[in-house]
Amino acid sequence: MSLDPATVRRIAKLARIRVEESQLPQLQAELNGILGWIEQLNEVNVEGVEPLTGGAQMAMKMREDVVNDGGIPEQVLANAPDRAGDFYAVPKVVE
Amino acid sequence: MSYAIEGATGAWEVVIGLEVHAQVISQAKLFSGAATAFGAEPNAQVSFVDAAFPGMLPVINRECVAQAVRTGLGLRAQINLVSRFDRKNYFYPDLPAGYQISQYAHPIVGTGVIEIELADGSTRAIGVTRLHLEQDAGKSLHDQHPSKSYIDLNRSGVALMEIVSEPDLRSPEEAGTYIRKLRSILRYLGTCDGNMEEGSLRADVNVSVRKPGEPYRTRCEVKNVNSIRFVMQAIEAEATRQVRVWEDGGAVVQETRLFDSAHGVTRSMRSKEDAHDYRYFPDPDLLPLVLDAAWVEAMRADLPELPDEKRARFVRDYGLSPYDAGVLVAEQATALYFEAVARGRDAKQAANWVTGDLFATLNRTGRTIEDSPVSAAALGRMLDLMADGTINGRIAKDVFEAMAESGEAPDALVEKRGLRQVTDTAAIDAAVAKVLAANPDKVAEYRGGKEKIYGFLVGQVMREMRGKGNPALVNEALKRVL
Amino acid sequence: MFSLDLAGTRAALRRREFSARELTQAYLGAIEALNPRLNAYITVTPELALRHAQAADAALARGEAGNLTGIPLAIKDLFCTAGVRTTAGSRILSPFVPPYESTVTANLLRDGAVFLGKANLDEFAMGSSNMTSAYGPVTNPWARRGGHAPLVPGGSSGGSAAAVAARLALGATATDTGGSIRQPASFCGIAGIKPTYGRCSRWGILAFASSLDQAGPLARTVEDCAIMLRSMAGHDVKDSTSADQPVPDFAAACRRGVKGLRIGVPREYRSDGMPPEIEALWQQGLAWLREAGAAIVDVSLPHTKYGLATYYIVAPAEASSNLARYDGVRFGARTEGADLIEMYENTRAAGFGAEVKRRVLIGTYVLSAGYYDAYYLRAQKVRALILRDFTEVFAHVDALVTPTAPSAAFAQGERMDDPVKMYLNDVFTVPANMAGIPGLSVPAGLDAEGLPLGLQVLGKPFDEETVFAVGAALERAAGLTAVPAVWAGGASR
Repeated sequence: MSLDPATVRRIAKLARIRVEESQLPQLQAELNGILGWIEQLNEVNVEGVEPLTGGAQMAMKMREDVVNDGGIPEQVLANAPDRAGDFYAVPKVVE
Repeated sequence: MSYAIEGATGAWEVVIGLEVHAQVISQAKLFSGAATAFGAEPNAQVSFVDAAFPGMLPVINRECVAQAVRTGLGLRAQINLVSRFDRKNYFYPDLPAGYQISQYAHPIVGTGVIEIELADGSTRAIGVTRLHLEQDAGKSLHDQHPSKSYIDLNRSGVALMEIVSEPDLRSPEEAGTYIRKLRSILRYLGTCDGNMEEGSLRADVNVSVRKPGEPYRTRCEVKNVNSIRFVMQAIEAEATRQVRVWEDGGAVVQETRLFDSAHGVTRSMRSKEDAHDYRYFPDPDLLPLVLDAAWVEAMRADLPELPDEKRARFVRDYGLSPYDAGVLVAEQATALYFEAVARGRDAKQAANWVTGDLFATLNRTGRTIEDSPVSAAALGRMLDLMADGTINGRIAKDVFEAMAESGEAPDALVEKRGLRQVTDTAAIDAAVAKVLAANPDKVAEYRGGKEKIYGFLVGQVMREMRGKGNPALVNEALKRVL
Repeated sequence: MFSLDLAGTRAALRRREFSARELTQAYLGAIEALNPRLNAYITVTPELALRHAQAADAALARGEAGNLTGIPLAIKDLFCTAGVRTTAGSRILSPFVPPYESTVTANLLRDGAVFLGKANLDEFAMGSSNMTSAYGPVTNPWARRGGHAPLVPGGSSGGSAAAVAARLALGATATDTGGSIRQPASFCGIAGIKPTYGRCSRWGILAFASSLDQAGPLARTVEDCAIMLRSMAGHDVKDSTSADQPVPDFAAACRRGVKGLRIGVPREYRSDGMPPEIEALWQQGLAWLREAGAAIVDVSLPHTKYGLATYYIVAPAEASSNLARYDGVRFGARTEGADLIEMYENTRAAGFGAEVKRRVLIGTYVLSAGYYDAYYLRAQKVRALILRDFTEVFAHVDALVTPTAPSAAFAQGERMDDPVKMYLNDVFTVPANMAGIPGLSVPAGLDAEGLPLGLQVLGKPFDEETVFAVGAALERAAGLTAVPAVWAGGASR
């Protein structure tokens, strides 16, 4: 599967990473190189195989319904690049 | 087909599916230990997990899982003992991780059903496709600053149940009834408080139209409608819009829209070029959710009597009409109140007083049945006083009003205001005689054949007796003389 | 002091031959002298280290020595350390100071360790050479005989490995997602283990690929690693993928020997282009084990060759989602934009390096609509087959021995023209991550240019003890005494 420039732009948009037009050709080549290499997986017969999602196959432990976290507004806001009092501030979404 | 949009080319059927997001009642959030209570200071109920700080990991809250199971059981739905969490990936500032933990391929609850009762007395079974658990997002405030949005993550991570209906609804009325019924069930179960104003219940509405007999056409989704009234209006507005599009020779485009309640129309949500490629995949920070069958069965055994069962029992045991029973069971508190009044008494009479005078009083004073000015015991006692002849129906209304105002017990009020019914035949005869003497023309008219005058005469006698005449005896006396 | 390994130093501290403070000061001095050349540390924490050392001395004086009391360690800058800048080797986190301590490093502090500083790494743990760090590359303390070109220490835990090899720390924490502990251990002539998935908690470690990441130790010897792992490991309720398994005495297992063990040799690990030296070392290792009483068994892991491709679908996919939180809103660096989307795009373009961007984009693509089945789903099925290969083989053998890496350390700047060339470094290490099994790299020999070569021991889930036993036997037999060109205590300063 080969990526064209429009697809690379679309993926970059989905990933919210700006890619300048000038960077596009090299990026496209690198991505296509990687994708071409992983095509080899198509050789494998995966008929009837259940996908694995993690090395650990245990069932999940559950937590008790008690409030034992939060209540730390200063700490969760302290690292914010832009904060307005007790809020995080971001540029507006253009509607 | 009852409800239809009348277009230029004829009648169009409206097909509706609802996705209801219900906030789970729990102390802590779905995957973190921060509190869920409404109305806290901004970002005061946020853990590092909720704020998606580096290295943070989700751990699931057992009670949230239990609430989802209880809800599934209440919807007579299949409980999936093994389910899985998936990540739904998209960027928005109120979604700190850049993904929402949800359930896509393997939800915790499968197909179920909700029965709705329509105004004409018919019932319809509306299919529930699935129920799954997911995280709520935070809140964005767009009106605090000219160029910035402010983000509060208190709600980020609160557990939501997304309840998806089959596209079985066919009118705004059905949709409204469905939401009311679902809310009622959730409140009975104690799994969601159903408060649409506070946002603990939200609806996304899927609407399409078609000519009768056709297969389904393209649908649009109207997101985040936060009142039943708006849901019904949005359906009509969107269905009307779609009919116009089709009849103009165009095609409805599948898209997400918002309901503009001020103008009564739906609007397309812009800035969606990437059309929501959510890239769902199993969340690798979580393991499969495996439920112990015994645990599920214990919850099933502990379910309260739900609205449908209660309604059926009221019809069966109290002889109420399905409609009246339906009104009484809509809220569990109302049903409890009613039963406290009806037990050992005339159930229909009790029902009338509850749905009539009591509801009117509550509406007027802005109270709820939980803090009713007239307790069930008091109302019941008043009915006893009517049954034993101490007061008549007319006086009872006054007593009720007085109880509502003063909170006093009915016995005390009757004594204090001297409201006992008069059964003394001599007094009644005297009153009758007095009235007839004062209205010879009316008496003549009655004797001349004008039957309707009788009511006037009875009323006059009752007025003369200050309402306290025993109606049966008054009638008997009046008829005897006339 | 620098000639003592972790076990030896621990014994010396307990005998009060020197104080923890003296020890820490010596290591801090070495870092000051040599780190400018190696760039193994991004952040050095002298005050913190001395405070830890002071507490360690107090504990030693009370006779309450813990497992690692007074032992100075480097912490890979992927572990959140409370109050200490944590960068993940990225510009996007250059201002980030975590308000919490990762579980693994908290465990180390609980057991009395001393933190010297944050070790350099490939950005967001993505790399096999430590060339992608926003804080500069790390130089391998080993050099080719007669050569001058700075070599890579391997990656992504290059700084951790270089620090240990150069005696700028007695041990280091690291993480391994596709080989990031084992391959640098091999390149730097030290030992390193990736434990079974779930053995160590991931809470507080910046996530790269959640189903593959595992924390583990890098140290000079196998026994040193075993000592460190005992402190690092343990169930954590804050990590849903953490295994509720008791932590055995790994160090004791190092002394078990290999008599009666069956060692599997997977034929698919032998590739046509394998350098003869590595093949020879492999055979030598098997001979050592035979001499020590183990049986050597030929086995097959048919899906080995698909491990890399599977990894380079699954890991980027998970990473693309895990790195979405780096958006300039709640922490880290932000680059402004005219509106929200521009701010996101500018922040992430400026904050992420080229390799991270490539992987995030690949990951986004393989999860996207229309491609999920063909790539991600298929890869997870092949992964199941890789696990099945191991499970079937482990029914007949107790451990596997393979080379760790397809070469010795290469020069900085090499293999960077084509991302895939760099990925091929992971060919022997990746399958263990896909299957979740433990893998240890043991310093086993030197190549013709005097550069270290490692051998890898793979074991059954939660059977690190057998892995340590086999690894220690190899290490004993190899008896390496060579030291790198640059090391504290060495003449070259």
